[in-house]
Amino acid sequence: MASTLTKEMPAKKEERFSFSYAENLSAEETVKQAAYRRTHDTLTVKRAGRFHVGETGKAWIALIPALIFLIMFMIYPIINTFIMSFMVDFKFMKGSGGSFAISNFIVAINTARGSSRPYIGFDNYLKVLTDSEFIGTWATTGWAATWEAGTIGAFFNTIIIVAISVPLTIVIGLLISVCLHSIKPLQGFFQTVFFLPYVTNAIALGMVFKIIFTDGDAGLFNAFLSLFGIPAQAWLSVVASKWNMLFVITIYSIWNGIAFKILVFMSGLSSIDNQYYDAAKIDGASRSTIFRRITVPLLSPQILYITITSFIGAFKAYAQIIALFGAGAYDFGGTTAKNWETVVGYIYVVMQDQTKQGRAAAASFILLVVILLITLVQMAVSKKKVVY
Amino acid sequence: MTAKTVKQQPAVASPVRNVPVVKAAAAHESDMYFATPAQLRQYKTKTIARTVILYTFLSLLGLFMIVPFVFMIITAFRDPDCYDYDVATKVFNLVPAWWNEHFATSNYTLSNFITVFTYQNPVSGATINFGLYYLNTIYVSVVGTIFTLITSILAAFAFARCEFKGKNLLFTILLATMMIPGEMMVITNFQTVKSFTWENTYAALIFVHGVSVFYIFYLRQTFQQIPNELFLAAKVDGYGHFRYLWRVMIPIASPTIVTIAILSLMGSWNAYVWPNLVASGTFHSISGSWNMALVSNGLMSLFTNSDTGLSHDTVRIAGSVVVTAPLFVFFLIFRKFIMRGVSRSGIKG
Repeated sequence: MASTLTKEMPAKKEERFSFSYAENLSAEETVKQAAYRRTHDTLTVKRAGRFHVGETGKAWIALIPALIFLIMFMIYPIINTFIMSFMVDFKFMKGSGGSFAISNFIVAINTARGSSRPYIGFDNYLKVLTDSEFIGTWATTGWAATWEAGTIGAFFNTIIIVAISVPLTIVIGLLISVCLHSIKPLQGFFQTVFFLPYVTNAIALGMVFKIIFTDGDAGLFNAFLSLFGIPAQAWLSVVASKWNMLFVITIYSIWNGIAFKILVFMSGLSSIDNQYYDAAKIDGASRSTIFRRITVPLLSPQILYITITSFIGAFKAYAQIIALFGAGAYDFGGTTAKNWETVVGYIYVVMQDQTKQGRAAAASFILLVVILLITLVQMAVSKKKVVY
Repeated sequence: MTAKTVKQQPAVASPVRNVPVVKAAAAHESDMYFATPAQLRQYKTKTIARTVILYTFLSLLGLFMIVPFVFMIITAFRDPDCYDYDVATKVFNLVPAWWNEHFATSNYTLSNFITVFTYQNPVSGATINFGLYYLNTIYVSVVGTIFTLITSILAAFAFARCEFKGKNLLFTILLATMMIPGEMMVITNFQTVKSFTWENTYAALIFVHGVSVFYIFYLRQTFQQIPNELFLAAKVDGYGHFRYLWRVMIPIASPTIVTIAILSLMGSWNAYVWPNLVASGTFHSISGSWNMALVSNGLMSLFTNSDTGLSHDTVRIAGSVVVTAPLFVFFLIFRKFIMRGVSRSGIKG
């Protein structure tokens, strides 16, 4: 009986989900059956001339379209970029097969044996880490002078943008969410309003911000300041101070980034059980105590998630700088124009020089390491603080 | 927690010095008791003050969110010469005396929008044609979204429904790549596109970022929630795997699929960096050559006025309106889908 069942398997193979006939089989039969499946699962001849595709086969057919593109444009690039960053004098020439890092790598290993010149090494990393564009030109007179000259470099520019805009956005976002959560009328309206920046084009609204922060009395923001008797200032132009530029970048980052935070915090807040608040009130807890002892701990998974994604997003700051300062901010030329070049901006500029792509790869790998380190630190801290 | 309606309860003998207990109808189940009417009044004042502060705070921040939009719309309709005159004479004329002087019809015009759609520099011949940019963007986003949907649905189906060797390993590898910043891939993709001679073609915009691990992951989660019994029932009815996917799984998961389609469309509409790298030139085909720029890139070309010779801020802002408006309408229609999808993804930092 058991053996006939095994023989019938091809036709009924899919039914092994539903029928547990395998239970009645002896150990020997089970092994046979498993062997049968192994050999016949992928492609089973059902009838002469017609293929019956098994479950594994179907799975792979479904996966192949996505996998081809994922491997070509995601997996391979990661490996290729990694190798490229370790190749000395990597040059990309359009059209020649040897221009890819992986094929170059094999050639380099072969030639490196008989040559005194290294083909593989940390050359690109050294070049990035000694590049004044990346790490800045530090004046001997100190930090403040370098800052005023606007030459602290792409890396520290990015660190400053991250360190200021991320905590501010999270705190303001949390504050808005808590307030929004405690009101009933108009809640949906406010939620939509706060979500609006999310659906807008970063370039389009960057332009609007640039014009709001026009120099002189003609700008909307300067007009607003004049209500308080503050004289008009330069915000984004060449003559603007580094602090003023940072102020605009921060305002724009908050404006642009807060929508997503509020959305996540709101969904977290609505999942907190009201009983906790009632219990706290009965015990006579004050509002600040309730916020610190109930809201924040119970919201900590969302706060952790937002913190990690915000840090990663902020480290990749690029579009907002382009939008606020124009593409000219990345021209190789004057020093003031590059005032707020970021790491990603640096990568994009270097990348378009075909002889410097190895350097761009090294810079992107440095970015990855920094992001991973910060994420790991946040995860480690969260283990102690986050309540699930 | 607003105590607007206060029910006066019949006076109950209070244990303390015969003070009647007043019961406030609080919003919470646990009603609050106050020893004296004075305390109740104090409570009411506090609540009202708190509400006022809350709404003021939210309104101010809401204003902060909305001001750029309002400013954008007003400026887009202003007469360029009039605006330039204001800037040159360093007068800000939008808010003060804005009705008397500047809401006169002569100061407001549609000319900025006409420029945005039909400008050609007489000297360099460079053009701005947002109609063309629109068509490019719509083509790329629609075809790209269809491509994304087909690949994601099939892959999610394989991960959710089928059993095969190495499934979990493959899925873990894909999830791990989500952590790696896209900049690492851009460098090699840039090379790949050049080697394929895909520069300034639609293929570079559609295929390179067409498959997203996040969408596969999101769909797989939805597919896994579909009970196994449905699959077995479909089997009895003689459905194969793919017919089951098409007839049962896709209809059940349609809200998720719509969300993914919307997010994908939005992403294509707002894409700037990648299109700017690989498709900012001219597309050549048998039927002619035209500019490949998408809306964001077209907008940036308004910025760099050396190319087109334009210098009016109002035209740039009109360009911003033209880019923002369709998405805005789209958002108002699909608000629910967008907000739900976004709260799960966080594709934009």
